[in-house]
Amino acid sequence: MGRIVAGIGSSHVPAAGAAFDQGKQDAPEWKPLFDGYRPAMDWLREAHVDVAIFIYNDHGSEFFFDKYPTFAMGVAKSYPPADEGWGPRPLDPVPGDPGFSWHVAESLVRESEFDMTVCQELSVDHGLLMPLPLLWSHQPEWDIKVVPVAVNVVQHPLPTARRLWKLGQALRKAVESYPEDVRVAVLGTGGLSHQLHGERFGFRNEEWDRRFMERIVSRPEELVELSHHDYMVQGGAEAVEMIMWLGMRGAMSPEVKLVHQNYYAPMLTGMGLLLLEDTASS
Amino acid sequence: MSETRQDLAKIEGTYVFDGAQSSKGYRLNKFFFSLNRAENRAAYKEDPEALMERFGLTDWEKRKLREKDWLALAREGGANIYFMYKMGSVTGDSLQHIGAAFRGETLEEFLSTRKVKGAR
Repeated sequence: MGRIVAGIGSSHVPAAGAAFDQGKQDAPEWKPLFDGYRPAMDWLREAHVDVAIFIYNDHGSEFFFDKYPTFAMGVAKSYPPADEGWGPRPLDPVPGDPGFSWHVAESLVRESEFDMTVCQELSVDHGLLMPLPLLWSHQPEWDIKVVPVAVNVVQHPLPTARRLWKLGQALRKAVESYPEDVRVAVLGTGGLSHQLHGERFGFRNEEWDRRFMERIVSRPEELVELSHHDYMVQGGAEAVEMIMWLGMRGAMSPEVKLVHQNYYAPMLTGMGLLLLEDTASS
Repeated sequence: MSETRQDLAKIEGTYVFDGAQSSKGYRLNKFFFSLNRAENRAAYKEDPEALMERFGLTDWEKRKLREKDWLALAREGGANIYFMYKMGSVTGDSLQHIGAAFRGETLEEFLSTRKVKGAR
């Protein structure tokens, strides 16, 4: 059967993707970020993850407001990098797993009553692509398959923090009902504190970020109770993305082992990384 | 109790991108979205007015874009920042340029509030 072996929370900052492509991993302004991912990549290699379910959001790359899904997921064979306005990143399309993805769609819609928009063509932007090559090797070819699960955290009304938590629980049920042996990591990307619009542009809150990273490990129910307004006041308007980390945590065992974490906030965004081991499967 | 729309309207310097904003900003955001395609970026660089006309922007929207009045575009125009910042691919304005303008600062003033100015 399918097993969740790891949960990962990660920011998804586009400038870091550009820095990666430009080979700035050891540049002083970026080294504290990229070095922070290396222990996670090493641990994940040993954990032999087959598929990564990415709870992330699109940023005006694939979805427009003519039709804006609250929850969409990919069932494609592969996912090309999106052109976000500056040309697609020089990365190979990321492989998918249609059989597993369709099983997840079946389970989410039929068993758990999460009515997903199911996508057979989907390009992926920095919401998925920034952390991906920092966690799994992309050369000579991608060492991971993905299932993108895109969440509307852009156009209000947004799904609640509690809804993301329940989505995570539903994903666990889907994974565990898969008949084949597959080792799965679940990721929630986005945040941490940042505000990108209005006179409050540049707002950040390191103390909130660090407390969030503590609480999501040991007291996630406190974060599930918070409103969008709470996230936006404490972390900045665009920090409402942080609810996607609750999707990851909801998919994990109640008790988890904290394997690794990193935090770096040089510019606009508190960039967090959290790697959790599922204790039910170890 | 569930959160209401009114609850979200109370954060200073923040223009929550809700249904009203998204309806108002529809044309503008569609125009920004078009910049995901190389041919539209080339078209803008060739003749910005023609691309703005093609997307049916109003006189006010065109004027605010020419003036780079990013704050008015977000606040009154319903522009969403994830879409609007794609303008940088054709004008050269970074997210930090746009953000400094939101705050009524120069780029240098804004960057002086950051810990690591090169991390962008």
